[in-house]
Amino acid sequence: MKLALGPLLYYWPRDAVLAFYEKMAAAPVDTVYLGEVVCSRRHELAFEDWLAIGAQLAAAGKEVVLSAQALTESEGDLKLVRRAVANGRFRVEANDWGAVRLLAGATGWVAGPHLNVYNPQTLDLVAQLGATRWVAPTEATREMVAGVLAARPADLEAEVFGYGRMPLAFSARCFTARRLNRQKEDCGYACLDFPDGMALATREGTPFLAVNGIQTLSAGVYCLADELAALAQAGVGIVRVSPQSRDTAQALRTLRSACDGLLSGYDARKALAACAPGKLWNGFWHGRAGMEAA
Amino acid sequence: MELVCPAGALPALKAAVDNGADWVYLGLRDDTNARNFPGLNFDDAALAAGLAYAHARGRKVLMAVNTYPQAGSWTRWTAAVDRAARLGVDAIIVADAGLMRYAHRVHPQLALHLSVQASATSYEAINFFHEQFGVKRAVLPRVLSLAQVAHVARHTPVEIEVFGFGSLCVMVEGRCTLSAYACGEAPNTTGACSPAHAVRWRETGAGLESRLNGILIDRYAPGERAAYPTVCKGRYAADGETYYAFEEPASLNTLDMVPQFGDAGVRAVKIEGRQRSPAYVAQVTRVWREAIDAWKAGRFAPRPAWAAALQRHAEGSHTTLGAFSRPWK
Repeated sequence: MKLALGPLLYYWPRDAVLAFYEKMAAAPVDTVYLGEVVCSRRHELAFEDWLAIGAQLAAAGKEVVLSAQALTESEGDLKLVRRAVANGRFRVEANDWGAVRLLAGATGWVAGPHLNVYNPQTLDLVAQLGATRWVAPTEATREMVAGVLAARPADLEAEVFGYGRMPLAFSARCFTARRLNRQKEDCGYACLDFPDGMALATREGTPFLAVNGIQTLSAGVYCLADELAALAQAGVGIVRVSPQSRDTAQALRTLRSACDGLLSGYDARKALAACAPGKLWNGFWHGRAGMEAA
Repeated sequence: MELVCPAGALPALKAAVDNGADWVYLGLRDDTNARNFPGLNFDDAALAAGLAYAHARGRKVLMAVNTYPQAGSWTRWTAAVDRAARLGVDAIIVADAGLMRYAHRVHPQLALHLSVQASATSYEAINFFHEQFGVKRAVLPRVLSLAQVAHVARHTPVEIEVFGFGSLCVMVEGRCTLSAYACGEAPNTTGACSPAHAVRWRETGAGLESRLNGILIDRYAPGERAAYPTVCKGRYAADGETYYAFEEPASLNTLDMVPQFGDAGVRAVKIEGRQRSPAYVAQVTRVWREAIDAWKAGRFAPRPAWAAALQRHAEGSHTTLGAFSRPWK
């Protein structure tokens, strides 16, 4: 089982991002997804900065993939997607069908988790268009993943979101700006103040969601550390870890040990619970509500 | 500009046709469409009757097959497409790319409309589906400003349809798993957001509570207007402040924008509400028919009677122009 580090969903100061990826160069992770996938207003890092980080990670032996923005609304958004597609060096993760149109015919691109590939027929379509890796939707159940992969095209890898706050929704609206009574276009880059998203609790105090600009995440943390054998059995070869502001390298080390059989699923889960910014949940994989633990 | 109206059952279809809908959209009685609610939708007999009724009056019928099939249920979705073709449905509304490929290969004469659930927000995405599967029309997710809608329309041969009235998704359609997260069922997979069986209302000392699968979505003081508990319409606490974290419950009403839609190149306006009554469909359809006809005749001016009729059917305490005007920009 390989480990991948998903794209950084949050907005961190430039120095924090650079320091984070310097650490990741030494962390036990096989693939690193880079780039801004949530909000085109974020500008602490320019496109060239992401390419430079990619070059450093590649020199450290990591496979580097550039992730394209998930929600494209403007011509400016499309320009960013086109730049990623035309980067000339790294593979690209498509997160909407516009990116697929731009990538069609090229080989080796990644069908990202926001494309909505739910069945073998759609997987076959993206494979014919050149995708060589499928990242399952976050809500994918074990049955869905096994079903999609039952007749998978040759040389197609499968990746599942296995650790981190679950990306649940995108909107045109910015909910971080809304909380601060600011307009979206005058947001003051408030996301910088919430390195793991802004927590929302229910009116009786139950941690529920985390707001990350235009994106909504779970408050709890998805964790499939004790499902590695089932993942492999379903045909999954890569587990995705989502960056968090603290202890990401520790989470990767724990999962690496679990993948290598040095740590039981139970112990891995316990270790991850200690470094997670919320409760551990795995309901989606078991066909239940996402905020349940089976 | 065409008017596309909802029908949850035969009486609503007739109400839509009688009051001037150009198209009526409907779904089958299962999870192949995104309004998979108990007691709603069409079996073969009702569908045949609805088609006959609409076609006899020169109107068209759309069938939504707009949820995402999985390996174990794939044939239920292809069977729905086959039924649409066999019974003479004028076009199907589809979200899943694999299912579009199936329809395009097996029923090349069957017109395809891109569902809002396909989350195609750019002309690049829309043109992809046009080039691959001959998609003729795309329903835009409710996230684009009017200027962005016009920009999309200028860059694609695909007809552009927008939502004009009804309940409003705050999140991008097809990319929201909040309901699945809270209760295990969601529009993409099971065709329902906050299904009724997972919803509980309870009067408590602290007020009327709405819960989804046990999760407190909101609590209402006496006299406060309660909203149906979808996750995005709830009130939550951040740093001690409790507020509508996503949006105050509101419904979309863009009637005054008909001329701007026309200028933007919009080819069809869609009315939300397959779960609503035939009376809703009749009155909302009639108002929009009059408004579009007035615009076509070059004499559009908002009428108080239109606003009053639509206000009666708005969900929530107020209406909004949504992303078209972007008051939160």
